[in-house]
Amino acid sequence: MSSNIPDDLQYTKTHEWIRIEGDEATIGVTDYAQHSLGDVVFTELPEVGTRYDAEARFGTIESVKAASEIYLPVAGTVIAVNSDLDAEPELINEDSYGDGWLIKIKVTPGVGALMSADAYSRYLEGLEN
Amino acid sequence: MTTSAPLKRTPLFERHVALGARVVEFGGWEMPVQYSGIISEHQAVRNAAGLFDISHMGEIEVRGPGALAFLQHICTQDVAAIGVGMANYSLLCHPDGGIVDDVFVYHLPGYYLVVVNASNAAKDFAWMREHAHGFDAELTDTSDATAMLALQGPAAEGILARAAGADAAALPFHGVATATLLGDIPAIVAHTGYTGEDGFELFVDNAGAVRLWDELLALGDDAGLKPCGLGARDSLRFEACLPLYGHEIADDINPYQAKLGWAVKLDKGADFVGRDALAQAKQAGVASKLAGFEMIDRGIARGGYAICDADGQPIGVVTTGMPAPTLGKNLGLGLVPAALAAEGSEVFVLVRERPLRARVVKTPFYKPRYKK
Repeated sequence: MSSNIPDDLQYTKTHEWIRIEGDEATIGVTDYAQHSLGDVVFTELPEVGTRYDAEARFGTIESVKAASEIYLPVAGTVIAVNSDLDAEPELINEDSYGDGWLIKIKVTPGVGALMSADAYSRYLEGLEN
Repeated sequence: MTTSAPLKRTPLFERHVALGARVVEFGGWEMPVQYSGIISEHQAVRNAAGLFDISHMGEIEVRGPGALAFLQHICTQDVAAIGVGMANYSLLCHPDGGIVDDVFVYHLPGYYLVVVNASNAAKDFAWMREHAHGFDAELTDTSDATAMLALQGPAAEGILARAAGADAAALPFHGVATATLLGDIPAIVAHTGYTGEDGFELFVDNAGAVRLWDELLALGDDAGLKPCGLGARDSLRFEACLPLYGHEIADDINPYQAKLGWAVKLDKGADFVGRDALAQAKQAGVASKLAGFEMIDRGIARGGYAICDADGQPIGVVTTGMPAPTLGKNLGLGLVPAALAAEGSEVFVLVRERPLRARVVKTPFYKPRYKK
């Protein structure tokens, strides 16, 4: 199985992506993650204003089959939540790097372990072998 | 489950990979959990038809003059009431009344075929042999040589008629017969299933499995037949409230707790393993039993989550829970105190440390649509 891994994002071992622009960042789950989850039917995301340490659990994505925890790649405070997912959780399957984004945060110092697209691609190859 | 044995593959494994299935470990097997997606596969079975590879299931043949007496001894169901060409659901119970497994017993000319859960196949076969002493019955485990396909859904009958002829497709509900599929594949065809829809289960030698799979998919294409994985099998059986071993039934759960008392025939005229304990359990009543519930608060119950009372005290456990694709609700099955198992009772399901309200509702959630 080949996954879509955009070059301009950074990635985690728990299959989140992050796009850092200045001191703000958008976070979602990768194509690999949405494919592994299957049909997403439910999301549980934090309130705007919630503050998290790097690598903290900030929400849950549920498919028919299972619940999966999602982790924040870097420390920060939530400044926006994708409210479209309440009515259309399938956006995560359809467009995990676009309309299926999860939250935006204001980044605070305390960076977690991030991978480039190349490094994430090699990591996925390792998982599959 | 931890096991050092390599995972087994069915004769259709390469087909699943070629169809883009996501493959997972289940009961010691590498099985397809989904192809196009659990929801679309689920809907295909409810509205048209689905084809499942269930070759991981275990098959045990019971032959000999003492076959019936032996099966009466190990089954809670009245096997003597299963005429030739018919099948029925039964439980195997421990002496203390706990459930060893649930099985389907098919009565074919000259022998019985017992189909058991994949994860229990070795345990069941050993258990059956252990209880076969003193009976003139011969047990043969044919699991490794047998492929099993389930063709399920309202369009299944029409598709089977094209593959096996109208006679096979006209079997009565729970009927079973030998048949020739696609002109030259010897098979056993049974009007049984595990989806809450009408449908058939087909047993063939491994050698015929790939051609049968390919040709059924081709024959059923215009009727909307889709390959379906274990994910949809689970969501379909869950909506119809058909139990799954390790969830609704287990070694420490008795049939009355699991609302399967209808499959226990205490008065069938033969003693059987567990009968004394089950007679006592029936008379005494059970402290906890299975109930179906609908989430009131926003959230999804999952197997293993705790069920609590209004004070936060744990009172039970979720056995299976998920968003029900056909019904569009977040539903669950769980063991709760018998007093709270009645429709309308309110309980709380602990979801990630938060107690969420749920209400006990009538089961089955989805009324099966069998053609009888």
